[in-house]
Amino acid sequence: MGSVYRARDLHFPNVVKLVAVKEMVNLAPDPQLRKTVVENFEREANILATLTHPSIPSIFDYFSGEDRSYLVLEYINGKDLEAVIRDTEGFLSPAQVIAWGIELCDVVSFLHNHKPDKIIFRDMKPSNVMIDNRGHVMLVDFGIAKQFQTGQKGTMIGTEGYSPPEQYRGEATHLADIYALGATLHHLLTKRDPRLEPPFSFDERPITGINQDISSEVEAVVSRALEYEPKDRFPTIDDMKEALMAAARQTGLLSRMPSSAAPTIQTDGIKPLWKFKCEDEIRGTPALFDNTVFIGCYDNNLYAINAADGEFKWKYPTDGGVVSRPAIADGNVFFGSEDQRLHVISARAGTIAWSHYAEGPVRSSPRIAEGHVFIGSDDGCLHAVNSTTGRSVWTFSAAAPIRSTPFVAHDFIYVGSENGEFYCVDFKGSVKWQFRAKRGITSSPLVTEHAVYFSSLDGHLYSLDPKSGWVLWKFRLGKGSISSPVILDDLIFTGAADGYIYAIDLKTSKEAWRFRTEHQVTGSPIIYRDALYCASFDSHLYCLDAKTGQLRWKFATEGPITGSPLVYDDIVYIGSTDHQIYALLA
Amino acid sequence: MFDFLKKLFSKEPEDTLLADAPETIPLSPEQVEDIVANQAMQYELQHLVAASGQSVGKQRELNEDSLMSISTTIAGNAGNTPFGLYIVADGMGGHQYGEIASNTAIRTFGGHIMRKFHPYLFTLPTVPLDESLQDLMLEGVSQAQEAIQRDAPGSGTTLTAALVLGEQVSIAHVGDSRAYAVYPDGRFDLITRDHSLVGRLEELGQITAEEAETHPQKNVLYRALGQGEILEPDIFTVSFPKKGTLLICSDGLWGVLSKETMHQAISDADTLERACQNLVNAANAAGGPDNITVILAKMIG
Repeated sequence: MGSVYRARDLHFPNVVKLVAVKEMVNLAPDPQLRKTVVENFEREANILATLTHPSIPSIFDYFSGEDRSYLVLEYINGKDLEAVIRDTEGFLSPAQVIAWGIELCDVVSFLHNHKPDKIIFRDMKPSNVMIDNRGHVMLVDFGIAKQFQTGQKGTMIGTEGYSPPEQYRGEATHLADIYALGATLHHLLTKRDPRLEPPFSFDERPITGINQDISSEVEAVVSRALEYEPKDRFPTIDDMKEALMAAARQTGLLSRMPSSAAPTIQTDGIKPLWKFKCEDEIRGTPALFDNTVFIGCYDNNLYAINAADGEFKWKYPTDGGVVSRPAIADGNVFFGSEDQRLHVISARAGTIAWSHYAEGPVRSSPRIAEGHVFIGSDDGCLHAVNSTTGRSVWTFSAAAPIRSTPFVAHDFIYVGSENGEFYCVDFKGSVKWQFRAKRGITSSPLVTEHAVYFSSLDGHLYSLDPKSGWVLWKFRLGKGSISSPVILDDLIFTGAADGYIYAIDLKTSKEAWRFRTEHQVTGSPIIYRDALYCASFDSHLYCLDAKTGQLRWKFATEGPITGSPLVYDDIVYIGSTDHQIYALLA
Repeated sequence: MFDFLKKLFSKEPEDTLLADAPETIPLSPEQVEDIVANQAMQYELQHLVAASGQSVGKQRELNEDSLMSISTTIAGNAGNTPFGLYIVADGMGGHQYGEIASNTAIRTFGGHIMRKFHPYLFTLPTVPLDESLQDLMLEGVSQAQEAIQRDAPGSGTTLTAALVLGEQVSIAHVGDSRAYAVYPDGRFDLITRDHSLVGRLEELGQITAEEAETHPQKNVLYRALGQGEILEPDIFTVSFPKKGTLLICSDGLWGVLSKETMHQAISDADTLERACQNLVNAANAAGGPDNITVILAKMIG
């Protein structure tokens, strides 16, 4: 509702004294009302001029013209918090936000304790807080400007996003300022703009679910400030400041000490039920059948291990590393190898049934459906092979290696390729539709009744119409991804090379939460009951609450993990590049 | 042919029809056959049909609602992907130029979508659009927002738009117009979420549904096109209601009629056009306090 000018005070001709001049346009329709607006403005300017506080800019002058009024005040060299939020990559430093929060409590307390009448700020929000060039806060826009806003009649109110529920009843007490400060801190800590969310929905976006660097103590302070009922909030701003300082002290934030007291999460306490050591790295994902775990290894073998006790059963040698996840059908194990073959061996004895030759390494995993096995190869082909006889039925030529695992649904085969083409192919091997991502699609698609989901090295998670290939939505990940998505209820999960595990709402493509691991997430998340299991290149297997992304436990292996876990009957199996496969209690 | 259908379908409908209507003259076997034949009609071509209705209502002098309804069928050997665009916008009373805002909204938004789709409808699509449907709709909303702020500053409007492509519906929604999925079995599912203060208070359990009905701030929106510096529309994709009907309407309809009445008005009609007029008539019969706009779309085949 007006502009702010940077101006020079010509009373001081020999020096450059900068001031800020705030212009407010008087939109009141009739002259009498316009006069009242100007009178109110001048009365409030007078009050403001008497306030002396380091976080309140000094007022030098005011005047009114034809249809405008002006306020001349101290020029602040800095930028407002909205700009700070916008210009900061990643989250703001929690210590910095808390320090600002405490300064804001100070200045609001000064206003609330003003005599003879307390002053309600009424409009706390990031754009009204400037950070000067010394890093201190300045409250810039007092409710004074509100006089100039036209009366909002009819069916619309401009919600501030930061204002408390009672504003709709026309109440403005000091408890409203506490709510708005809580909302401002919430925005600063989460970078989620409340103006883009339904009103009063902060409790649906718990801070620690979004930014894991924030302690639960700090979160509790912000939550109390944001209570729906004014009486449930801090009774005074000084109480809020106390609580904020106590929370900051507890986590060592105030002294800027690194928070060595990491959250009390189990990391060492977990003992695997068993582990089994191969002779080289395990980069793939296990499969389970008939109480046996099957897993490929870069020592060229496929291992069969007793799922109950980790006892070695047999191994089957190929002539190349095995990253392909085995599939099991009709008592046979199907898997690809870098020796350019699809191997099919008996699950019981590990003896060869048949094999199919491709013309390049087979890093894709087999998908068995409708009596056929579908598998991609680095030779750029999708191979369709009769799953009983091993007879090649057709090959579909893509322009680049296929490492993605095909998905079969709606009588079509869906698969991605390394040059970014995504194909929907019918059972005769002809293309129904294709789609091009900007970079490779190693991720294996997941197809539901509604959509085809996969991620790409171009840094997006895609949702495509299964019938036509139209992009329904795409979600931007921090970096490229080869992780394959999974779904639980309304959420879809995937990992990415930026080290995050993401949870995204299926319908709206909005992020529900993200969890940070210490390195790339190349494996795929797995859902078991209400938990999400996902491994990271940081060598940990994580167990998270799927709804909230809260860490339940993590388990450290001795090397980076590139594959995905398998969960069956309350036991998680995971292979690691430390050559071992582990069995853990889910 | 009739004999065959009769064999297939006659048993159950005949029983229920007769049992349900004891006070009317029993239908003749020929009539029953006719009805049954109609009900069993199979459409081989999958396509979208739509109808709409609008009325200024009984108490307003100005119609501030706007609607747009576009259904296309392009079918042939190259396949057939039904495409439809249905928009309802309710310009806000009390603001200047509410009717301009709603009109600008549907034309700007609809124009954006149609310009994007034009080449794909009239040349054979080989590679789908680069932008996602949701991005496209978001862009349309921002353009409409800019256009309203430029051409009718200070005014506002709701916008509920459904883009149907194949069996998916992508919805862009701001304000308190509504989209419903209506099923023949009686389900009447609200797909959108009102951006209204009372709606929010009700969600939070602060007031009851009855209190919401009579709340003095019933018309207060917390999001509207043309208002506010930033606007976050709800954008999402759902499946087109199978065997059902997509209903989009302004609050001049849903604010006046119960779900049951609306469902009845739709299922009583033998065509979509008739159903739309039934709905409008029912709202006017209930007082018609506000402008009424309704669109019904159905997937045939």
